[in-house]
Formats: sequence, structure tokens, C-alpha cells
Amino acid sequence: MTVSISGAMTDAVTPHGSRITWAAVDTWVVAKRHLLHLVRRPDELLGTLMIPVMAVAMFGFVFGEAFGVAMDVPGAEYREFLLPGLFALTMAFGIGNTTISIAEDVRGGVLDRMRSLPMSPVAMLAGRALADMILAVVELTILLALGTLFGWQAHLGIGAVIAALGLLVLLRMAFSWVGILLGLLVSGPEAAMKYFALVFPLAMVADTIVPTDLMPGWLALPAEWNPLSSTVIATRELFGNTAAPATTWVGEHALTMAVLWPVAIIAVCLPLAMARLRRLGR
Amino acid sequence: MITDEPAIWTQALRKSYPGRGAALDGIDLAVPAGTVHGLLGPNGAGKTTTVRILATLASFDSGQAWVAGRNVARDRAGVRARIGIAGQYAAVDGILSGRQNLEMFARLHRMRAREARARADELLERFDLVEAAGRPVKGYSGGMRRRLDLAVSLIRSPRVLFLDEPTTGLDPRSRLEVWDAVRELADSGTTVLLTTQYLEEADRLCSRITMVVRGRVVAEGSPAELKSSVGGRDLDEAFLLITEGA
Repeated sequence: MTVSISGAMTDAVTPHGSRITWAAVDTWVVAKRHLLHLVRRPDELLGTLMIPVMAVAMFGFVFGEAFGVAMDVPGAEYREFLLPGLFALTMAFGIGNTTISIAEDVRGGVLDRMRSLPMSPVAMLAGRALADMILAVVELTILLALGTLFGWQAHLGIGAVIAALGLLVLLRMAFSWVGILLGLLVSGPEAAMKYFALVFPLAMVADTIVPTDLMPGWLALPAEWNPLSSTVIATRELFGNTAAPATTWVGEHALTMAVLWPVAIIAVCLPLAMARLRRLGR
Repeated sequence: MITDEPAIWTQALRKSYPGRGAALDGIDLAVPAGTVHGLLGPNGAGKTTTVRILATLASFDSGQAWVAGRNVARDRAGVRARIGIAGQYAAVDGILSGRQNLEMFARLHRMRAREARARADELLERFDLVEAAGRPVKGYSGGMRRRLDLAVSLIRSPRVLFLDEPTTGLDPRSRLEVWDAVRELADSGTTVLLTTQYLEEADRLCSRITMVVRGRVVAEGSPAELKSSVGGRDLDEAFLLITEGA
């Protein structure tokens, strides 16, 4: 059986179409790869989905009643307050997987192979961000269903729900770029796993599980300015869920900040990640 | 395409890493199109660094480098469209199947989905991977993995193929298979730059060999020329004499 290996030797010139179109196509091909990883390793997908599910169960019911007492509200009302916090918290926990997968691509040489191809450089990384956003939609759908099962509900209609989900996916996109940048900076996937605990202060020193006015003053300030808090407060508003009245400037401008924060994070991390990608070739 | 212009050409190529000194200390290479050229040397001689530079994966400090008629420093995209690279660390995705790997990299080579599928079929057949095509690459043997790596590097029928120690760690049968593939490629006009520590491999495959020690070229010629230059009977002896003298 002899099939020619090399066929006709035609140079791989980029076909017609703008750079942006090709960057979009390449991004989708890379995103599909990351999604296929999840499909081919269902235990990994299950593990990823288990974090938010466990969080709802643990914080909602184990801590829920106690926190409700501390906040002077019934447990059911605390869960109404809690769910939007857990949605955002789940977006933050995604950073770990993003960082590990990019660090693996650096180590394993897949990124090198991509760099030897005539593909769009930004797509090598943006594909991961797109896959993360798609995964975020899946996670949020499960959480919404689970929340509804536990008596949580959105009060302001489907339009507001979609806007809230949009803010959450935007937050995930920002965290995805943080994870991509970290993945390019760490020495390897093992290091990424060791630093994973750093996600906890990001996820919890925020208006997610405990209201900031129950925190000591020195902790309340960073918690209020945590990008997560803006998204949580904004989505609580959009879902029409229980919230303490805003007393700070960031709290009052939560909706604006829930857009500005992620945009600012991406504006910083994306160029840094691209610069780092170029430096891999030094 | 036959031209007088070498497919790979470098002059006084230099590169140093901060704190580690010179990795390449003036490498001159001229590889005629359609030939298999060996880059031979001990570990740390600069073989992989040279390949990484020529494949646009690493930068260099000074000197000149041209691949397939393109300036490596100025026209990276032009070089990338004309090369393939396969390495000792097979850079394929372990979680995806062999077919998914080929289709993905074909798509990233700007092939349409249907074209990518057809090319994947062709290469799976050629490299005897049809049966394993649907299985995750993680479970492949070393030889299968290397064949897939080679197949991926040939998706776009490159003019110049870089093979960085393509048979390191392979069993004898897999090694022979890779050798056959390299010969077939050379026959069809592809220029191959091959790094190796195996003298037998260089002797069998390469029309010319450049010996590199500590980032410098210490000898250059056909296997026969290198053997006779030191009065040795085989390439092993020549290699030892030349590298010790360097």
C-alpha cells in the first residue's frame, strides 16, 4: 500500500479572508480541542461540576442556617442571598483548570507545535477562553436548576436572568485570561496545582457567602472592591434576590463595575499573556 | 522544485542564553533542496537549538538564517507555511485520538473541515494508524506516537522537514519504519534536516552531515568523507576523533 506522503507540494498560503476571520476560525478549532478534552475525560468534567454542586449543598444547608441566624434571617432567605454568590464563586474556581491546562500545553510541546503553524497566535490562547465560557454556560445552567430545586428563584423575568448570566460569563472570561497568563508564567502544571489554594481568598473575601458588613473592617474593604463582589451584587439586583442596601460607592455602582472590572482585567491580562507567549521563543 | 538555492542556509548563527553562555557560536549550514542533512553531535551541542531557531520557535542573536527561500527573522509566517517539525518529545495531544489530532492540526493549517478529514484518512493509512485512529494517543506505543507526530508534521506537505532525534527511544522495528518514511520523503523532494545521536542513522539516511560540538561546526561532509578524513573505518571512530579534537 503506497499512498504518497507528501502529495503535491503546495505552499500553505493563507486562503482569502481577513486576519480576524481566520483568528476566529482558529480560536474555535482550539476551543473545540479543550471541549473534547472534557468530553473524553468525563470524570474530569464531573469533578469540575461537583465543586459548585457541593458548594450549594454545603454552604446552603450546612452553614446556611447558622449564617441565617447571624444575619437575622431565615435559612431559606439566606440561600436566596447565597446562590448568586455561588454562581460567581464557581466562575472564580475555573481559574485552576485553565492555569493547569495552559501549563500542560507549554510543558508537553503542544503550544510549540501550534507556534510552528501558520495559525493566529492569539487563537492559541483565546481558544481556551472560549471553551471556558462555553463550560461556564453549562455550569450555570446546572446551578440554576439546582438552585430552583432548593427554592431559589429569579423574580424579575427572563431578560434580567439573561443579563445576569451574561455578566457571569463575562467574569469567567476575565478569570480565564488570568488563568491563561498564570499558566504561561508558572513552571509547570504541578506548580499550578500547588497555588490553587490562592483562589479561596479571591472567591471568599467577597460579597459571595458572607455579607461584607459582617466582616471586620480591614477585610470588608478588599471584599467590597473584589471584582467578584460587583458581579454578585449586580446579579442579585438582576435576579431580584435579597441583598443588604449598598452603603459604598462600589456597591452603589455594582452594575457598571460588573462590566468594567472584567473588561479591565482582560485589557491587562490579554496583552501580558501575548507578550509572554512571544517570549517563549527567546 | 529544483533550484540552486539551498533549502536551508545559515551563516554565523549565534545565540546565547542569559547565564548559560553561548548555545550556538557561529553555525554555518547549507542544505541543498531535496536532500537529507544530518546534524550530529553530543548532548548539549546545540542541535535542538538550531532546529528550534530554523523552525521559528526560538530567536537568535546574530547571523543569518533562510529556510525555503524565506528569511527566518523577518518572515516567520512565510517559513511556517513551508515547514514541518517532529521531535523527540512528540508534541501531539495525548487526550485526543490520533484522528482528532490530525484533523485539528489540519484545520489549524487552514484546511477546510472536509479537506482536513480526507488528509487525516490519507495519513492514518500511510502511517499504519487506521486501527488505532479512534483511541486516545495516551495509550499509543512509543512507535505509534512517533508515527503520529511525523504524520502531523506532514499535513501540509512541507518543503522543509525538521526531525529532532526522530528515533530516540524507539525499538528497532519502529526505527526502521521512521527511516523508510524519511527516505520516501526525500525521494519525493522534501528537504530533511535531521538531528541525531545515532551514527548509524546519520550514515544510512544522510547525504551530508554537519558535526556540531559546543555550538560550533567541527566537521562537514558526506559520511564517506568524514570517515576518510580521519582514516577511520566507520563513522563511530570518525565521530570520536573529531569531537575529541574539538
